[in-house]
Amino acid sequence: MPSAVDKSDVQGLVRTGYNDMIEARFHAVTIVDVTAARAWLQSVLGRVNNSLTKDEGGDPAQSERALQLAFSWSGLQKLGVPASTAEGFSLEFQSGMGGEANRSRRLGDVGGDAPERWEWGGPNNAADLVVMIYKIENLAAWEEEVQGPLWSQAFRVIASLDTSHLDNDIEPFGFKDGLSQPKVDWTLSRKAKSEEFDFGNLITAGEFLLGYPNEYDKLTERPTVTESEDPKRILTPAEGESGRRDFGLNGTYLVFRDLTQDVRGLWQFLDKQSAGDRDARMKLGALAVGRTTKGDPLVPLSDQPIAGIGPKEEKDNRFTYDSDPTGTRCPIGAHIRRTNPRVADMPSDTKGFLKRALRILGWGAPRPNDDLVSSVRFHRILRRGREYGPELKPDDAVKQTAPDGIPRGLRFICLNANITRQFEFVQQAWSMGTKFAGLTEQSDPLLGNRIAINGCLTTATFTVPQQTGLARCVEGVPQFVALRGGGYFFLPSIRALRYIASLTPSS
Amino acid sequence: MTPQGNLMVLAPVTAGRESELRTLLASMNREPGVVDPDNALVPFRRLERVHFARFVILDDRTLDDITIYGLPRVDYPLTVAFIADFDGPQNSFIDDLVRVAGSGLSRIFACCGFTGGDLQSWMNQHRVKPAANYVNTVGRTMLQVREEAALRDFICTYLRGAGAPVVAKMSPSQIHQSLRELVKSSGIKLTPPAPTPIGWRISQLINFITGLLFIPLAIVLLPILIPLGIIYLIILRKHETTDAEVDRRAAPDIQRRLAEIEDHDVTNQFSALGTLKPGWFRLLTISLALTVINWIARHIFTHGHLGRVQTIHFARWIYLNDKKRLYFASNYDGSLDSYMDDFINKVGFGLNLVFSSGIGYPRTNYLVFDGAKDEQKFKRYIRRHQLPTEVWYDAHPGRTAVDLARNTRIREGLERSSMSDAKTREWLQLF
Repeated sequence: MPSAVDKSDVQGLVRTGYNDMIEARFHAVTIVDVTAARAWLQSVLGRVNNSLTKDEGGDPAQSERALQLAFSWSGLQKLGVPASTAEGFSLEFQSGMGGEANRSRRLGDVGGDAPERWEWGGPNNAADLVVMIYKIENLAAWEEEVQGPLWSQAFRVIASLDTSHLDNDIEPFGFKDGLSQPKVDWTLSRKAKSEEFDFGNLITAGEFLLGYPNEYDKLTERPTVTESEDPKRILTPAEGESGRRDFGLNGTYLVFRDLTQDVRGLWQFLDKQSAGDRDARMKLGALAVGRTTKGDPLVPLSDQPIAGIGPKEEKDNRFTYDSDPTGTRCPIGAHIRRTNPRVADMPSDTKGFLKRALRILGWGAPRPNDDLVSSVRFHRILRRGREYGPELKPDDAVKQTAPDGIPRGLRFICLNANITRQFEFVQQAWSMGTKFAGLTEQSDPLLGNRIAINGCLTTATFTVPQQTGLARCVEGVPQFVALRGGGYFFLPSIRALRYIASLTPSS
Repeated sequence: MTPQGNLMVLAPVTAGRESELRTLLASMNREPGVVDPDNALVPFRRLERVHFARFVILDDRTLDDITIYGLPRVDYPLTVAFIADFDGPQNSFIDDLVRVAGSGLSRIFACCGFTGGDLQSWMNQHRVKPAANYVNTVGRTMLQVREEAALRDFICTYLRGAGAPVVAKMSPSQIHQSLRELVKSSGIKLTPPAPTPIGWRISQLINFITGLLFIPLAIVLLPILIPLGIIYLIILRKHETTDAEVDRRAAPDIQRRLAEIEDHDVTNQFSALGTLKPGWFRLLTISLALTVINWIARHIFTHGHLGRVQTIHFARWIYLNDKKRLYFASNYDGSLDSYMDDFINKVGFGLNLVFSSGIGYPRTNYLVFDGAKDEQKFKRYIRRHQLPTEVWYDAHPGRTAVDLARNTRIREGLERSSMSDAKTREWLQLF
C-alpha cells in the first residue's frame, strides 16, 4: 500500500469542486463514432486536471481551467474497455441510475421523476459520458479548444447543461450550500476501527477513491484487466490480484442528478404557513433545511473538537445533534440532519464497559428512538454539484405572482466508491425514507417526492418538534425538487483515461 | 396476553409440477412482489390473526459449493414452504386456514403430494419446527396493531384538523384529558388483552428455568469445561483458518428477480438458504448457537429489539434435510441494503455466530469477529443465498416495527388517567 494517494493520477474533481472557476458547462453526450471518440480522448488527455495544486507541483494552468471526464457503463463498453471489468464494476453502475424499477422505487424516482420522463439519461436518451468544462472566465474559448475538430464527429450531444454561480455560495433556494463535506484522508493516515465511538469527519480515502482501504478497512470492489489486455503497461499492477492491472485505482463513481428547484413554490409555501410574516417564514425555512440562509447551524457548537473539522470549518461544522435528541432545536427531519445525522457507531453517551455492554445488546437508551440511525461514516459523499439559473431572492419569490418560467436548480454531482452504500443509502434511507429515525408520513422537506405509500395517511408532512409537547405539523408540503435527468458514471484515474484512449478497436 | 405462534409447512414439489405451482403462486400477486390480499387461493385479508405470511420455493442455487470440501454435490428435492406468523395457537390457526383457504391450499399443495382428503392432517404431517424463532414484540396481536393504528391515525387527523385550534391554548395535561374524552366518545375500540394462556406461561417458565440452570451447572463443571473450551477453540481456529470462502456475485438474472419483488412496501421479506459446513464440529457449533439464540429471543429480546436492531418483525431459522441445510426467513423494515448495513454494523457478531457455519461464509475469527465486517463479501454471500419469495403478505403495510411500538405507547399514555407533566409532554411528542 502506498504511503499517500498519488494526486497526479486522480481527476481534480475529487479534490475540489472548482468553485473559483465561476463558469462551467457540462455536456452529456453519446458516442456516435468510436474511432473519432477515442481520437478526441487522445487529443484532450493533456488537458484533464489532476488533483495536484500549484504548490504540490501541479500544472499552473490547472488553476484557471478544468476538464473532467466521466463515463457510463455503455460508454466504456463502446470504447472497448475489456468485458472482464464487469466483474469489478459495481452492479448499480452497470445497471445505471434509471436502469431498474427497484432502484427507481428506492431512490424515489417515480411518478413525474421516473426515468422515462427524464430529459437526458433515461432509457431513450442515455449518456455515454459527461464532459465537464470549467473556467475562471471566458468559458467559450476553452470549450472550443477542448471540443476541437473531432467533437461533432465523435459525439451527439444529448444535453448541454449550463451552470451559474450565485453570490455567497448559495444554492437556488437561497441557502448557503456546500458547507459540510467529509475530509478525505489523502495521506492514508486513518485506519478505520471496527467500532468508532466518536463522530468524525475525517474519512478514509477508500470511501471516495477505488484502490484504498475504506471505512471497513477493506478494498471496495473495483475493475481490473489482465496483463495482456494492457500490453502498453499503462496501468499499475492491481494490489491483491496477481496477474491483473488496476483500471479502478484512483478512480471513483460519479452520481449525476439534474434537479430543478421550484424556488417560488418553496418560499410561497413557507410564506403561507407563516401567515405572511417574513421572520416566521425565514425561520421555518431554516427549520426545514437545518441551517439559516446564512449557513448557521441550529444547534450550538460542541465544546469538543471533531476529527476532520479544521479551525476554518469550526463555526459551520463543529456540531452534532447530541444536545438535541428530540429535535426541538433542529427538527429530526430537517434536510441536513437527514443527510448527515452526525452520529458514530454507537449512541453518543456510550461510555464505560457496562454501558457499552448494555448498548450492544440494545438496552439503556434514554429514549426509544435513540439508536435508530448510526454509523454515518459508511454513508458519506463528496458533493461537487453546481447550481443553474439566476438568483431569485426569497423576498422576491414570495412576491412573484406567476412563475417566471426561468429554470433554476442544481446539477447535483456526488462522488463515492460504493454507490449503493453511500449515495443510494443517503438518498433512500435518510432523505426519501418516510420512516427515517422513527418519523413517519414525511420525507426530506426539500427533496421529498410526496408520493403516497400504501398504509400511510400521507407522506407530505413535516414535523417541527416542540419542547412544550405537541409538535408543529406542517401539512401538505408540495414537491419542490424534481429530477430531470442524470446517471451513474465512472470518473477514471488519469492513467485509466490514457488506457481508454489507447484501446484499439480489436482489443 | 395472546402470544404469537408460527407455522411452516414444507413439502417436496412433485416432479413435473413445478411450473404449475409457480403459475398458481404468481396468480396470487397483483404484480411481482405485490400480493393481492383478496386473491382467490389464499385470501390473506380474511385471516385476521396473520401478521405475515409467505410462499417460497426452496431452490438452492449454491449446491455446488460443497465440492470445495471434496464432497459430491447433493441434489435435494425441490421443496415449497408456506410460512405464517399469527396470533394464538397453531392448531386453531390451521383450522382457520382450512376454513378460509382450504380449496386454494388444496390446489397449491396438490403440486406437492397432497392427493386430497384431510388437508389439516396433511399440513400437520408436513409441519416443521424452527430451530430458533424471533418475535419483535411478544403478545402484540394483529387486533392490537389494527386498533392502535386506527387510534393513532384518528388522533393525528384530529390534531392536524378540527382539533388544532381547540388544543392550541391548552396545557399538556389538558390536551391529554381532552384526547381521552374525545377517544372515549368516538367509539374507537381498544380491546383489553386476553388472559395469557396458562399452558403457555408454564412452558415459558420451565424453558426459562431450564436455561438458567445451565449457569450453575456450567460453574460446577468448570474444571471440565475449561479444557473442553480450549480444545473447542483449537479446533475452531483450525476450521477458521482452513475453511474456504465462496466469494461470487449472484447471477444477474436472479439479482434482477430479487430486486423486482423488493421495496414495494416500507417492510420487506427476506429468505435465504444454504448448506451447512460438513462435519460434527460445525453442526455442534450451530446447534449451540441456535439453541442459545432461541432461548434469548424467547425470554430476553421480547420487546422491540433484537440486540440493537429494531427493524425485524419476525425471523426464524429452520434446519432442513437432517440438519444438512439451514433456511432463514425474516420480515424487516427498510431495503435489503440498509438491512444488511444495520446487521453488519450493529449485530455482526450474532450473524457470524450462526452463518459462519454455512459453506463459503466470509472468514470469521473466534466465531464472532470479522466475517460480516468484510462488508462486500458478506453482501455478496447474502445475495447469493437469497431466494425470491414467490408470495408475501404483510397485514400492516406502511407501518414499521417502530411505528407499531409508537402506537402502543400512544395507547398506553391515553389509557393513563394522569401523568406527570414531563411524561405528558413526552407522550404528546409521539404525535
